[in-house]
Amino acid sequence: MISYIIRRIGQAVIVLVGVTIIVFILEHLLPGSIARAIIGPRASALQIAAFNRQYGLDRSLPVQYFSFLNQLIHGNLGYSFKQNMSVDAIVAHDLPNDLLLVGVSLALALLIAIPVGIMQAARRNGMVDYFATGISFVLYSMPSYLLGLLLIALFAVNLRWLPAEAPQQPTITGVLSDPAGLVLPIATLTLITCALFSRYMRSSAIDSLAQDYIRTARAKGLGQVAILSRHLLRNSLIPVVTLVGISLPGILTFGLIVEQLFNFPGIGLAYFNAAVDGDYPVVFGVTVLVALVTVLGNLFADVAYAILDPRVRYD
Amino acid sequence: MPLTARADSAVGDSAAAVTSGALLDGEQAARAPAAPGGRGDAVRQDASWRMIARAFVDNKLALAGLIMVVLVALFCFVGPLFWHTNQVSTNLFLVNKPPSAAHPLGTDDLGYDVLGRLMAGGQSSLEVGLAVALVATAFGVLYGVLSGFAGGVTDAVMMRFVDIVLAIPVVYLFIDLASEFKPTLWLLILVLSLLSWLGPARLVRGETLSLRVREFVEAVRTMGGRSGRIIVRHLVPNTMGTIAVNATFQVADAILTLAVLSYLGFSLPPPTATWGGMLENGVNFLYDGYWWEIYPAGVFIVLTVVAFNFIGDGLRDSLDVRLQRR
Repeated sequence: MISYIIRRIGQAVIVLVGVTIIVFILEHLLPGSIARAIIGPRASALQIAAFNRQYGLDRSLPVQYFSFLNQLIHGNLGYSFKQNMSVDAIVAHDLPNDLLLVGVSLALALLIAIPVGIMQAARRNGMVDYFATGISFVLYSMPSYLLGLLLIALFAVNLRWLPAEAPQQPTITGVLSDPAGLVLPIATLTLITCALFSRYMRSSAIDSLAQDYIRTARAKGLGQVAILSRHLLRNSLIPVVTLVGISLPGILTFGLIVEQLFNFPGIGLAYFNAAVDGDYPVVFGVTVLVALVTVLGNLFADVAYAILDPRVRYD
Repeated sequence: MPLTARADSAVGDSAAAVTSGALLDGEQAARAPAAPGGRGDAVRQDASWRMIARAFVDNKLALAGLIMVVLVALFCFVGPLFWHTNQVSTNLFLVNKPPSAAHPLGTDDLGYDVLGRLMAGGQSSLEVGLAVALVATAFGVLYGVLSGFAGGVTDAVMMRFVDIVLAIPVVYLFIDLASEFKPTLWLLILVLSLLSWLGPARLVRGETLSLRVREFVEAVRTMGGRSGRIIVRHLVPNTMGTIAVNATFQVADAILTLAVLSYLGFSLPPPTATWGGMLENGVNFLYDGYWWEIYPAGVFIVLTVVAFNFIGDGLRDSLDVRLQRR
């Protein structure tokens, strides 16, 4: 198993290096150079040359790439000229908000999706099953912002129970002091993530229910509730770990859209604003960060699955 | 384990046979028309397609999905022939008008008739969706089959490349590209396909890996069949089912991705209509109560995507039926 984990980590490192290569290529696909984007359209050749020399943009591409890689390894994601902050500082500023949003939504989604999935498996093809499948189907087919729009239309515009905009305070304590504004963004992300999970939860719970150990438990005389809570729950958690790892990129994407919709001050919104503004260092720095999170999520899912499930064979 | 070893030794043997394989193939075709891959196999395949079709039609949801898709396609492509509207020039006298006889779904903030815009937007969405699914599936299948068939280091390298591109979420990658270049319809299709071919590639590679050690592949090899023949005549047709299911879900995903990208403002420039773009405009008027600028587009997106998802699920279930009856 150790050799599997080591091999898996090696693969993850290769993928990360590949991602940096792709981002590097994307950066240098910019029509015109970044110098022109920063100095302005009326930059003279002399100014551009000075800029390039100052920031090392006149070196050969492989040299630039290794310097870029070196910066990344030391944790330097770049420097945003338009905001006069390092990308690291921008990310660190918004990270607590994102952790709040994604963390709470993920936890709530798991709390909802796992029991619902188990219930669907227990009463398969019953009314509850069809109802839950139908709802998750529709949620799954909606563009994510549409759900947010509907919630805003209902709760903020018509009923006026909740504000349509997320709290705008610059610190996490400020954000937490306005819980009403947090309800809709978290609810939207939770529902979308639930829809994402429910598809897998239902089929994995059905598979688990058909296992022999369930039959043994029934033969022993255990009641339905005991079976569901003691055996099915624990064994359905294994694919959940994999599921969380794999759906991390999806959650980050939905997070971006939800943040844009509710103006939630997170990394996704910072990324989106930077993309609209043409603030490329932020755009590419966050891309590398998101790719890192994705790769780590997949790695975690694979390794955790290998550790938790004793039946997994390593090839 | 033993199976793989045998397949490998068969590869070694057929290396010599390959050079004389051309002649053998021709002779084989002339002498043995009832060999596997001949007429007998074709009849069995026809029957199984009929079984799949019947299972599909029996599935009420799948049938409903198919009908919905046909209706939406008719609405978007045939509708404008009956309902003429101007989707190019704005009309500032008719801005934000509620539904009326002249404009059944009202007008939006630039004076475009919403009903007509829905049709135009649907055209973009359906075109992009189908084109992306076709291109991505074609390229993905090719890549996956070659990767799975080659095996070993080549396969590992090819799959690592897939992992690398998969590591960056689609929306982030697309925003990266769109912030640098302004997309046209073909560029959009190309880029979306470049991001979508990974799914079929992975899927087909997995299927190829499990199929290439089967007995019928060895049989073709021992008869002197070349790798190309194995891939085209045997491996790809046997993965057709999975490919078709995946392609259907790809259309749904492409339409959704296009809706999201249009909403964020990173897709086709105005005055091209897209459903997502209509939503992006309509959101500004949520508090004004101009519901006709928001909900119709949203309803159409959901309907179309749900329809394609139903079809995909139905195809997958009816293919399972075929596998069970074997």
